[in-house]
Amino acid sequence: MADATTTSPTPAAEHAPIVRNVPAFNGHSVWAMYRFQMVRFFRTIGESLATPVITTALYFVVFGSAIGSRMAPIVPGLEYGSFLVPGLIMLSIFTNSIFNASFGIYFPKFTGTIYELLSAPVSYLEIVIAFVGAAATKSVILGLIILATAYIFVPVQILHPVEMVLFLILVSFAFSLFGFIIGIWAQSFEQLNFIPMLIVTPLTFLGGAFYTIDMLPEGWRGIAQLNPVVHLISGFRWTFFGLSGDNVILSLGVTTGFILVLLGVVSWMFKTGYRLKN
Amino acid sequence: MQPVLSIPVLSIRGLSKSYKGGLQALKTVDLDIQRGEIFALLGPNGAGKTTLINAVCGIVTPTTGQITAAGYDTRKDYRAARSLIGLVPQEMHIDIFETVWAVTTYSRGLFGLPPNNAYIEQILKDLSLWEKRHEKLQALSGGMKRRVLIAKALAHEPEILFLDEPTAGVDVELRRDMWALVRKMRDRGVTVILTTHYIEEAEEMADRVGVIAKGELILVEDKNTLMKKLGKKQVNFELVEPLGALPDTLKEWDLALTDSGRRLEYTFDTTAKRTGVASLIRRMSELGILFKDLETKQSSLEDIFVSLVHTPKPAVTATADVRS
Repeated sequence: MADATTTSPTPAAEHAPIVRNVPAFNGHSVWAMYRFQMVRFFRTIGESLATPVITTALYFVVFGSAIGSRMAPIVPGLEYGSFLVPGLIMLSIFTNSIFNASFGIYFPKFTGTIYELLSAPVSYLEIVIAFVGAAATKSVILGLIILATAYIFVPVQILHPVEMVLFLILVSFAFSLFGFIIGIWAQSFEQLNFIPMLIVTPLTFLGGAFYTIDMLPEGWRGIAQLNPVVHLISGFRWTFFGLSGDNVILSLGVTTGFILVLLGVVSWMFKTGYRLKN
Repeated sequence: MQPVLSIPVLSIRGLSKSYKGGLQALKTVDLDIQRGEIFALLGPNGAGKTTLINAVCGIVTPTTGQITAAGYDTRKDYRAARSLIGLVPQEMHIDIFETVWAVTTYSRGLFGLPPNNAYIEQILKDLSLWEKRHEKLQALSGGMKRRVLIAKALAHEPEILFLDEPTAGVDVELRRDMWALVRKMRDRGVTVILTTHYIEEAEEMADRVGVIAKGELILVEDKNTLMKKLGKKQVNFELVEPLGALPDTLKEWDLALTDSGRRLEYTFDTTAKRTGVASLIRRMSELGILFKDLETKQSSLEDIFVSLVHTPKPAVTATADVRS
């Protein structure tokens, strides 16, 4: 072993001692990360919004007007097209939250720029707040735009607007968090699409976006209760129509539970450096 | 915690790193770097240079050991420690869809500093990037991209700057700019730690040199001391009359006859008590071997390095194909 403590001939004695006072919460860092994500979103806002808005519009045209007009109302006094609004917003929120958040963290992994994030003086919580917060913000914006689109096609009523927005934020955050985890887990672009396609889309379609759970056969109703998406859509729909079948407390509980589990997973991932660092 | 001047700006104690596959990238490394010095870490590919840097910067979790930057523990006080450190990675890790300005200001913010456009402007000008600030990185040449990586590392005014193979594959102009930049950093009191396998780079710039091989720091030494200690010197005589063969009477010196007998090369150890130069010249004049010119050559750091790294098992160290 060489003598490692040999002193240098050129100590910079004339310079002031190095002292760094760092805040407990690094606001500049969080803002920088959040802003970076949002700038990218706004730069591609056309692409970011066009697809989900067009898709949703098609749903309204096909299921709301074309088919819906020939159907007996699922809920008395409520057009099928109107009934669809909360479910379709949720559907878009789920897929876009997952996509945006997973891409947001997967892309630096893919390009290698993650080195900077790992070497930055930021806590895991700050990274999550910034990245997941940015993805959730995009989703909330998208949700509101889809809602506005819905007004063009069908009559929309919102009984509890404040709760509606709060719910939108909560669900956007939950699924962005889920997407963030997928982004860390994924090791290829294929894997990035794997979970949304394989799990989330089916759960959403079976989760009562297009019907109420009461319409399912007896046996399926119980099974459907195990699908968390059922409760998310149900709670969101309550803020629109206040239907008695929709249990808002249970819905909030499921969403909160979902977020807590995800936060646990994220903190484990960061603590162990899972697929982030060696 | 109030760090005082005398403590090293970077202190590494008992650092080791084993990867999951069983590869031991670093065996117990101890190293102190003093403030304001330029330290060159030399080593063949796979020696552990990048692992060492990444462990300091928080990109790799050390298996054992403690690292402090200006007295701040890189794990317990990671915020303070990391805010002091700037890293220019070896690989071209950049976001090609962003502009020069966007990524540089982002880096500053990410490291917790409020915006300072004048400072960023100065960095970009220093690195000849100012004209390109609105261009996306995908439009830049390789050399320009590397400058961007440096600008990003400097954006948060680091006290310690790591340059991992800064001049690998860059043109002469950029290499010269890089050297100028490193000196400028030093003048400001910034400590610069660079890895390289261009020995001339270390020779040109470093105050101290560390040689790392197979995960072990086999030598840390003041550059001049090192070159003196391990250096061989050579005296070359340009002969007036070419010699057909070395006369037997000159066999006691380590001589070589080159250039079809026109050149006599004598290699000697500078640390030996008697170099033998004077006696050789005396013997040559006795024999009537005249020379018209003479030059002395000191062995380069490269020769020293090669002899250090390759002496025990010549081929193995150089071919180990592991990320350094």
